[in-house]
Amino acid sequence: MPETLSAPLVVEFPFTRSLGPVQSAFLTGLRERTVLGVSTAGGKVLVPPVEYDPVTAEELRELTEVAATGTVTTWAWNPAPRPAQPLATPFAWVLVRLDGADTALLHALDAPGPDAVHSGMRVRIRWAAERTGAITDIACFEPYDGGDTGQSAPHDGEFTDPVTGIVTPARLDYRYTPGRAQSAYLDALSRQHIVGERCPSCHKVYVPPRGACPTCGVATTEQVEVGPRGTVTTFCIVNIKAKNLDIEVPYVYAHIALDGADLALHARIGGIPYDQVRMGLRVEPVWTEGGRHPDHYRPTGEPDADYDAYKELL
Amino acid sequence: MRDVAIVAFAQTDHLRQTDELSEVEILMPVLHQVLDATGLRASDIGFTCSGSSDYLAGRAFSFTMALDGVGANPPISESHVEMDGAWALYEAWVKIQTGQADTALVYSYGKSSPGEVRDVLTRQLDPYYVGPLWPDSVALAALQAQALIDAGDTDETALAAIAHRSRVAAADNPHAQLKGAVPAGDYVVRPLRTGDCPPVGDGAAAVILAAGDTARALCPRPAWIRGIDHRIEAHSLGVRELTDSPSTRLAATRAGAFERPVDTAELHAPFTSQEVVLRKALRLDDSVDVNPSGGALAANPVMAAGLIRLGEAAARIHRGESDRALAHATSGPCLQQNMVAVLEGESAHA
Repeated sequence: MPETLSAPLVVEFPFTRSLGPVQSAFLTGLRERTVLGVSTAGGKVLVPPVEYDPVTAEELRELTEVAATGTVTTWAWNPAPRPAQPLATPFAWVLVRLDGADTALLHALDAPGPDAVHSGMRVRIRWAAERTGAITDIACFEPYDGGDTGQSAPHDGEFTDPVTGIVTPARLDYRYTPGRAQSAYLDALSRQHIVGERCPSCHKVYVPPRGACPTCGVATTEQVEVGPRGTVTTFCIVNIKAKNLDIEVPYVYAHIALDGADLALHARIGGIPYDQVRMGLRVEPVWTEGGRHPDHYRPTGEPDADYDAYKELL
Repeated sequence: MRDVAIVAFAQTDHLRQTDELSEVEILMPVLHQVLDATGLRASDIGFTCSGSSDYLAGRAFSFTMALDGVGANPPISESHVEMDGAWALYEAWVKIQTGQADTALVYSYGKSSPGEVRDVLTRQLDPYYVGPLWPDSVALAALQAQALIDAGDTDETALAAIAHRSRVAAADNPHAQLKGAVPAGDYVVRPLRTGDCPPVGDGAAAVILAAGDTARALCPRPAWIRGIDHRIEAHSLGVRELTDSPSTRLAATRAGAFERPVDTAELHAPFTSQEVVLRKALRLDDSVDVNPSGGALAANPVMAAGLIRLGEAAARIHRGESDRALAHATSGPCLQQNMVAVLEGESAHA
């Protein structure tokens, strides 16, 4: 049993999103240091604004400007900020009802310590020096002495050069562990062996093994060495060059039934002109120096396999 | 409406880390346990539904790998929810109600150990106004806890008592991750301390549902689902009244929870403060045994913890320890979405 494998796995995505009229006005407003809410038919002002009334589901379009000062409705002291959070030093998460608004906005409050924070305290927006039309244009809130102005006034939501979309970058860091079956497979590959696992019930050999037989729903346990030679069961000719892939097109991608396996795996075929690859072609893996898996498969020179020998693996 | 019951339930031991096991390897033992308990083979199951999240695994379509464990080939009738397995159970219950299946296998799993679950869960938040600030799951729960303290609904001592009661109860739960006296610890995000927060862990659960006489044939004392309903609140935290859970109350009303008292309640409250909200919304008093399993404070495999509440409540009925139990599942920050089911055993007072 090889040691449990693990490797860093990073998932990173810059989600590009378009904005509706209300979100566009709100985020453009932040860029211009103007906070907009939206008024409901019931006379409430929602900040941050939404396009549909959370109670009646009615469409909301009537924008209202509110103050950049407000009152903390609840808070939570964060002694150890996490990497992408608004402040790098300990801060309070706060829900703030801005003067003139009826609902609260979530953000960070810069305060010296938890004793300096309480529900009901007065705060004001600290604007970010560089603003792009995003919620982070509010750098954070800071303590403020003035009273509640209740300030709100209709606003047409018109700005020059409105923000119509945002990009919200995200990155999550994982440590991937492939589990018992795949660890054994990867461990064998590092020694240039290919192993599958046999189902104790239907006796099929799965490669690569994932630990379970998808037909019987039981754990595959018995390790079986397969190949190295195999048979092309089916293939396609790739004519589009993949980004960052250093392989000349056209090339052939094939399903290969390794000898002793009951499932075909897929790999690139090399060492033969693309238009001469055929079903039944006998192939063997080609390992490159230091490679963790076969680079490609090439013809062995044996006679083609009989169709009946692999038809069940198509 | 058809009579539908939970006839079998199994869960893994919940562990902080399961590096040596893939998702399907975690899952298979519990799938086999519920099948063995009912004598059903995978091919006998009318409908299979699962719950999990790609964001925990960090991989797209991660549930398809786990599907190998149920014997999905030749093709079966199958579905998946990117939610807690409690919602997969709801879908399976609907499927049985439509008459398209008499039995269903429901399973869910969560491996939180590969990532930082506090950060991972931020990706379910509103991506325009909230997600870019990365407020983690503990921070959002802490805002709710402070609102409860300000409202006079609880205090830090009472929250610590909830943690203590849950983990002492979990001492009898062989699957629990955190059990016995656990120190309150330091603040994670004030007012929540380590003791107020659930353990981070990996685990899986499986349930079999069956209708009518099939259920009676499979289980000596089926846990009949007398009512089940789920509701959602406004997604913006600042719009919601954080000290209450109207969606839980409405779901409970529709599920018939208030028609007669329950003796047991399995509440999906990963944070101590959330139990305060749920007890209020569900009008639970001290006559009700709340979270005898230890609840999500004792084991919180994300995406399975809600299904486990349904399973634990059903298992108490199976064992004759409860006649009428309430099971609750939640999803989203600060109890955003809530499901309530009422489960009953037959010949309750015979």
